[in-house]
Amino acid sequence: MKFVAVIRQVPDGESRLKIQGNRVDLSGATLILDQMDEYAVEETLRLKEKHGGEAIVVGFGPERTEEAIRTALAMGADRGIHVVYEGFADPVAVAEALAGVIQEEAPTLVVTGGQQADWDSQALGAALAEALGVPVVSWTTALELEGETAKAKHDLDEGAEWVRVRLPAVFTTQQGLNEPRYPTLPGIMKAKKKEVKKVAFQGAPKVEILEETIQEKTRLQKILDGKDPVAAAEELVRLLHEEAKVL
Amino acid sequence: MVLVVLDHDGNKLRKGSLEALTRARALAEALGSKVVGVLLAEEKAPAEEALAYVETLYTATLGPYTAEKWAAGVLAAARQVGAQAVVAPSSRQSRTYLGRVAYALKAGLLEDTLESTVEGGAVVATRYAYLNRVTQKVRAALPVVLTVKPNTTPLAEPLPTRGEVKTLEVPSVPTVEVLERLQEEKKGVSLTEADIVVTGGRGMGSAEAFRLVEELAALLGGAVGATRAVVDAGWRPYSEQVGQTGKTVQPSLYIALGVSGAVQHLAGMNKSKYIVAVNKDPEAPIFKHADYGIVGDVHQVVPALIEAVKRLKD
Ligand SMILES: Cc1cc2nc3c(=O)[nH]c(=O)nc-3n(C[C@H](O)[C@H](O)[C@H](O)COP(=O)(O)OP(=O)(O)OC[C@H]3O[C@@H](n4cnc5c(N)ncnc54)[C@H](O)[C@@H]3O)c2cc1C
Ligand SMILES: Cc1cc2nc3c(=O)[nH]c(=O)nc-3n(C[C@H](O)[C@H](O)[C@H](O)COP(=O)(O)OP(=O)(O)OC[C@H]3O[C@@H](n4cnc5c(N)ncnc54)[C@H](O)[C@@H]3O)c2cc1C
Repeated sequence: MKFVAVIRQVPDGESRLKIQGNRVDLSGATLILDQMDEYAVEETLRLKEKHGGEAIVVGFGPERTEEAIRTALAMGADRGIHVVYEGFADPVAVAEALAGVIQEEAPTLVVTGGQQADWDSQALGAALAEALGVPVVSWTTALELEGETAKAKHDLDEGAEWVRVRLPAVFTTQQGLNEPRYPTLPGIMKAKKKEVKKVAFQGAPKVEILEETIQEKTRLQKILDGKDPVAAAEELVRLLHEEAKVL
Repeated sequence: MVLVVLDHDGNKLRKGSLEALTRARALAEALGSKVVGVLLAEEKAPAEEALAYVETLYTATLGPYTAEKWAAGVLAAARQVGAQAVVAPSSRQSRTYLGRVAYALKAGLLEDTLESTVEGGAVVATRYAYLNRVTQKVRAALPVVLTVKPNTTPLAEPLPTRGEVKTLEVPSVPTVEVLERLQEEKKGVSLTEADIVVTGGRGMGSAEAFRLVEELAALLGGAVGATRAVVDAGWRPYSEQVGQTGKTVQPSLYIALGVSGAVQHLAGMNKSKYIVAVNKDPEAPIFKHADYGIVGDVHQVVPALIEAVKRLKD
């Protein structure tokens, strides 16, 4: 069996973003394996440990994305494939680029993050499923293999449901699916020697970014001392009523 | 043609559908085109209501929702009318099935947009990125698939004349089998539509202490929110979680009680008009994002707030 995790490298949410020439400049930011994709890597490792086979990590993005692929390899993935592209690409273009690479592996299933922490897209898993001609289960919180099928629990707009799906299929992650493991030191050492195959991006982005800005919503920052809770509460309610006019 | 996907709860159109209609009409006008609607139902759908808003409405009843069936329905309608643009309210489900549709149409996918216009024959839209921290202006040539972020757009008015229904042939597609729906009970004001949200974090200390959060929310006519820490602890249901992996809210007033202000939480509420924080730690990051705040213990401050609001209301 082959389990594929599709990953990207994104800025750590805690790191400060800069704008340079109308675009986000990541040069000063800490870059990490997208935490939603981390769930995907962990899930493929668990499936492999339980059912045997191979865990493959497919990364999309600029040269530096190899760091995130190595992180996944250090967690325990067997080998990596890196589809290299320096610019921004929308999920349809990414799916187009990844579908061929993934089809060649003929995986049992594919897992990817529910939402990207940089472009805030939720569509990659679905677009990829369409490209592969298989069903998609989005916002997955539980996944079990049962022979030729998988049983999965996933979130809907309201509530959740259990579904059964014939494999192969694409799953997107949601918190609660698992607790990703940390790479161990031996894992990190081993990852250095694991194969990462480089593939050039074939395709054309359908969406172009014209401009990126960070809004400067300055907050009022009127912080009251609560040593006298009753007085502070009274003053807060007055401010909300008279100044902000929201009560 | 501009195809608008009308989302509903079986009985009524959702508010987001009326926002999507407004956007669809504006795009159609700029493109010198017309709006047609598609209304997909599990069992029943408010076709009568929908006919007040579009001249032509394609309908199909498809049984339990799956991304594949809904994608097939929208695709069938899009192909039938030769859609240059597909416009839909943004939700997790729509952002899933429209990912399939966008791929099938080789369309530019513009997700969760705040605004959209036509410039030089292409669609230009704004949207948030980087966990809601950055505003992106993006452009895509036709065809496009565009989703509309809730509470960004005025609601459409009905048309003077009623439209006509056309039944849509939807081919059957390989999809998942729905085994069991786990409905969540709905109570009080819906979190994403509420004008006031009162969120409790781990600082509330226990599930029981959320009584205070509920009381304050009820008093203000608002909804209860929760952080992931609280959901993971089992104090509150996931449906109340605000943040990156929960719901995104943008109320007039967001009150965060015992919430530290982690980036993943901020991603779900940083666009609120006013943010209020109560936290015992004056260094808590949430205060940097707050308009008003009280440094203090929630167990003392929240009961005092409840009393102060009651006095205001009297
Ligand atoms: C949720 C949120 C995230 C923001 N993220 C950024 C950002 O990544 N880069 C940026 O230049 N501006 C960011 N801003 C805009 C920022 O608030 C300022 O308006 C602007 O950066 C000028 O700030 P200053 O010089 O007053 O800096 P400061 O006084 O240092 O900061 C002002 C505010 O920015 C917040 N902030 C700074 N970096 C981050 C971050 N990485 N994540 C969350 N909050 C942050 C601080 O907590 C503070 O509220 C963010 C605003 C919000 C509400
Ligand atoms: C991929 C990913 C996705 C995530 N998605 C989300 C998400 O959608 N939503 C979300 O919320 N989090 C999310 N998180 C988790 C997030 O990083 C934080 O861990 C979480 O928001 C913390 O919740 P909290 O503020 O309730 O708890 P804590 O960070 O523990 O903060 C509790 C606060 O309460 C204060 N406090 C304690 N006692 C009192 C008292 N008696 N009176 C007043 N104040 C008190 C403390 O000073 C502290 O600031 C995500 C994390 C990851 C990795």
